Amino acid sequence: MSPAIGGTLARLDGRAKVSGSARYSGEVPIPHLAHAVLIGAPVANARITAVDATEAEQSAGVLAVLTHLNLPKVAMQPSLLPSLAGLAAPGHTFFPMQDDTVHYAGQHVAVVVADTLERAEHAATLVRIDYDTTPPVTLLEEIKDQAYEPQKIFGGLLPGRQVRGDIEAGLRDAEVRVEAMYEFAANHHNPIEPSTTTAAWDEVGRLTLYDGIQGPTSTQLTAAAFLGVPPAQIRVVSNYVGGSFGSKAMVWPHATLAAMAARHVGRPVRLALNREQMFTSCGHREQQRQHLTLGARADGKLVAVRHHKLSLTSHFDDWAEPSLQSPAIIYDYPNYEGIYRLGRGNINTPTFTRAPGEATGMFAMESAMDELAERIGVDPVELRLRNCSDTDPATGDPWSSSGLRECLERGAELFGWAGRDPRPRQRREGNWLIGTGMATAAYPHAQPVNPQRARARIYSDGSVIVEAGVSEFGTGISTAMTLVAADGLGVTVDQVRFAGGNTDMPNITAAVGSAGAGAASAAVHLSVTALREQLIGMAVADEQSPLHGADPAAVVVEGGRMALRDRPDAGETYSAMLQRKLVPDVEAIGNWIPPAQDVGHGMHTFGAQFAEVGVDAELGLIRVRRMVGVFAPGRVLNRRTAHSQLMGGMLWGLGQTLLEATRMDARSGRWANASLADYLVPVNADSPDVVVDTVEVHENVVNPLGVKGVGEIGVVGVAAAIGNAVYHATGYRARSLPIALDDILSQAS
Amino acid sequence: MRSNTQASARVETPDTAVVRGPGDVEVWLSVNGAAHRLAIEPRVSLLDALRDRLELTGTKKGCNQGACGACTVWVDGERVLSCLTLAIACERREVRTIEGLADGQTLHPMQAAFIARDAFQCGYCTPGQIMSAVALLKEGHAKDDSDIREWMSGNLCRCAAYPHIRSAIRDVRDGKTGD
Amino acid sequence: MRPISYSRVADVGTAVGTVTADPASAFLAGGTTQVDLLRIYVEQPRRLVDINDLPLRDIEELPNRGLRIGALARMNEVAEHPSVIDRSPLVSQALLLGASPQLRNMASIGGNLLQRTRCTYFRDVSTACNKRTPGTGCAAMDGVNRGHAVLGTSDQCIATHPSDLAVALVALDADVIAEGQRGRRSIPVHEFFLPPEDTPDIEHPLDHGELIVDVEVPPAPDGSTSLYLKVRDRESYEFALASVAVALRVEGGMVVEVRLALGGVATVPWRARRAERMLTGQPATTENFAAAAREELAPAVARGMNGFKIELACRTIVRALETVAPDGAR
Repeated sequence: MSPAIGGTLARLDGRAKVSGSARYSGEVPIPHLAHAVLIGAPVANARITAVDATEAEQSAGVLAVLTHLNLPKVAMQPSLLPSLAGLAAPGHTFFPMQDDTVHYAGQHVAVVVADTLERAEHAATLVRIDYDTTPPVTLLEEIKDQAYEPQKIFGGLLPGRQVRGDIEAGLRDAEVRVEAMYEFAANHHNPIEPSTTTAAWDEVGRLTLYDGIQGPTSTQLTAAAFLGVPPAQIRVVSNYVGGSFGSKAMVWPHATLAAMAARHVGRPVRLALNREQMFTSCGHREQQRQHLTLGARADGKLVAVRHHKLSLTSHFDDWAEPSLQSPAIIYDYPNYEGIYRLGRGNINTPTFTRAPGEATGMFAMESAMDELAERIGVDPVELRLRNCSDTDPATGDPWSSSGLRECLERGAELFGWAGRDPRPRQRREGNWLIGTGMATAAYPHAQPVNPQRARARIYSDGSVIVEAGVSEFGTGISTAMTLVAADGLGVTVDQVRFAGGNTDMPNITAAVGSAGAGAASAAVHLSVTALREQLIGMAVADEQSPLHGADPAAVVVEGGRMALRDRPDAGETYSAMLQRKLVPDVEAIGNWIPPAQDVGHGMHTFGAQFAEVGVDAELGLIRVRRMVGVFAPGRVLNRRTAHSQLMGGMLWGLGQTLLEATRMDARSGRWANASLADYLVPVNADSPDVVVDTVEVHENVVNPLGVKGVGEIGVVGVAAAIGNAVYHATGYRARSLPIALDDILSQAS
Repeated sequence: MRSNTQASARVETPDTAVVRGPGDVEVWLSVNGAAHRLAIEPRVSLLDALRDRLELTGTKKGCNQGACGACTVWVDGERVLSCLTLAIACERREVRTIEGLADGQTLHPMQAAFIARDAFQCGYCTPGQIMSAVALLKEGHAKDDSDIREWMSGNLCRCAAYPHIRSAIRDVRDGKTGD
Repeated sequence: MRPISYSRVADVGTAVGTVTADPASAFLAGGTTQVDLLRIYVEQPRRLVDINDLPLRDIEELPNRGLRIGALARMNEVAEHPSVIDRSPLVSQALLLGASPQLRNMASIGGNLLQRTRCTYFRDVSTACNKRTPGTGCAAMDGVNRGHAVLGTSDQCIATHPSDLAVALVALDADVIAEGQRGRRSIPVHEFFLPPEDTPDIEHPLDHGELIVDVEVPPAPDGSTSLYLKVRDRESYEFALASVAVALRVEGGMVVEVRLALGGVATVPWRARRAERMLTGQPATTENFAAAAREELAPAVARGMNGFKIELACRTIVRALETVAPDGAR
């Protein structure tokens, strides 16, 4: 029975957030706090030839200036492995200020510590650093001829090349081919809270880090490795995180630098990135280019897909966001070739950015599908339905659950798709050309690889505390886990308090790739069901219990009261039993071991996106008028927060489609618009009302509760749905993101 | 490569104004009805004075350059950006922050509506959104949705809770008490 | 931000005297430009003289149906003032399409006219910028310059003037009233904004310590219809890619009088006099609007990424004229 799960519980941290009492990682009051400010290199390819910190050191309030000349060397460099692995998770295979080399603009070259923020910031401008510079390489165009095919990408988790069938034969035999090149600007996450770490050492050498991160353990293990301090001596607290979207999925050097600075000055130190530094210090979605060829029969049935991608990565890491995963398997076709190519430049290692990979890969795939639909005269929804696969075409395994057909059909219904005139440029309202478009959404289901743990404790008054070391970065995880705990234990929601947010708690892997809710709910569910079994076991063994001697399997619990399924009058509450037995509390650990890689099922989340746009083609304006998204994310734990996250994802997609681009000044190798005034994200006025729905699917493979997660899937396909709608409105096929006003002006009027 | 401002060559014109700073000076701030004496440099922003000196961290720092709205507070009843306001310039003015919005334990209706409508996720822009939203109603800029959209566009929400923020504002405008 | 000292003054004379006497000082009004640029070391006064207590916030109706707007009146209060809405809706519209509600509550009218360009190179002290540091060069010329100007540029500077209000004021032939050590003077707004030429660092004719006290806005031409049209990527809270302030009077299908000014595409708020001359006395047709727009943009110079602004400005002009023409487009 699950009366709580699937409900619409208001966020339990809501009051703290609306009243301003929620303390984020730079807001914890700590006596004698000093402030650290990072200095980023203003050049992208250089050696440091001289450092003069004299004036800065003499500036009022300055406690220290750290550069490569006096910063201690790190103990070791852990390898880059996505934080989902549960190990140390540095954002790049690099630690700054270890030598005099500058690999990319913004690379940290000094840390200034002072007694106030104002004094630290000013002193940072007084540090003189001389550079011997070399022209940088920072554009895809500059590396395309030197690009290489990596063995593995994504921290070694994914192969650089995937094939099935015979791609050449497949394309040769296809009756229809659609071939196009898609370009993507670099994107930055820009959570409203810049990354901040507050570091405090105690007198016996233990370190507390208040860090905004998607998983506290990842900071703990990473800082431990760099500092050469046992993880047991490091406590990471991450109670509230002011947005991440991937920028806080990995552990970037500032967290460790804060600890080093605090150790150096013998005081607690807060290190907050400023907004400009958020563009160079915690990764980005890389600039990339995708070349896609679809081969199909005349009826639209796909027979072959070739998908090549070229990405710009750093000097140190083979990073490309995995754009080729979903397009390879969402439709049923026998011949496939996917190849990643990388070029190295003077740029920081890219990282996860919301809907990593699929946000771009599915733009290419679903834009091409729209072209195919038009080419063969088949409705775009119908074309998708014709190509839906009941099995994972890469393996032939059945899906653990799909729901794609239902999403497409339900979305079309909610949107009012039926009867759409497929011809472009047919609807006009004043200066606005109106168009509609749709796309499939898909995101691979990711799993942590290591055990996930939670602890549940019930007190003799019946109140329950459940703990797991998750981060609350806006997903509503603590609220959802409260529901999971209540149902699993058979108590009411108000009897449960869920606590997360630090490394003293049972270990949960960082919540990335939409795997957070699945992992945490599995651990929490197992902890409370273990507790429940213990409690029932105590009751049936207790001669004074009305349940004495009963078969534990025949006992049900509701509202904290255990009773026989067939004889509800025979029973007692947990609380009554514990009080009678003079037991103060009972505790259990949940330990979920994720399934091995080969579960005999394809695991993927699906959905469908629909959008209506108005295009003022004369002035180049695109405005999204409405959006409908329907998704099949498995079990939805809390409808309210899940729908909010899906809605937010869809509007993220809107930003990616129409506004977001970080532009490189190739001469200096620096981002030219590293501010929130110049890197445009959607404002309220850009954001239409959004209809979100979910379809139920039977899912019992991925994890105990069948949770596939909602963090990414909302973004995927939006760009294609909007791009296809722009085509429908104007007849202009956009193949570059964002779709700029300039493009509409020159192409679509 | 800083621009040059040469140090002063005195001219015979009246410069009668009292000079305070650049070191720490005594500044009295009235925040949420309480008077606070601060010893701060004149360059300290109202935002940093609130967050770092008064531990009123409900007001958030998102960009520190007037481009996100997370630092929105009221000065003399008008919503402004505390990152571009110097604390010392707020003497004799009344500053109100998110911490001063509730009536004791009773949330302001806008705070309650934000919870009821799930008008936030990470919560970091939320205090600024709420300070703007309450001001918006007082200003009379919530006549319809397009009005709300425009007059709430000075507050970025990267979680993109915008449609729910509009719902919350409509609820309070129309005297509804949430779900 | 470097250390600064602070003074607060209560009358114009003291304000002017104080800042005039101290070359390292600057006025502090709304602070939206001053504090922002101080923080990034683009402006580096050592002392701020807070003028917010000066009695310069009144908005008065003038006998000629014009307005006198105090320099310290805030953007929002001006935009929503009944006299402004009644007499100068163009000013009201331009103000409301600028910045954000919070910034408009802070920013003063005088400060709005003195705001500095949003050129990202100007704002980045590690790059070459003739406007910020004369003689260092212009990184924007061959840089990321999608937002930069195509009109009124020089080989020294292509930074766009950011103000929307100023575009409306230029269209309306407003006057800037300033008070300095030499007394009070009135500066026609079209002489107030100086194109970069060889001295892009000199943006206006004010002396150090000279203070804008009022802006006088004459009425739009009798019988004209006016509009401020702003085009940008984002629906709100963004500077213009192109904007047009227009006041148009058409009688019997003929343009009797037209005022036209452009924002977002020029180094100064740009009065489109070539287009005005070409349109006056001609039939109010889309064809003529387009021809006039092309004429105005004929001297435009594109650099790298901003070429689209030439076409965009033309189309924005046409759209604005069509919108205010009595029968719309023909």
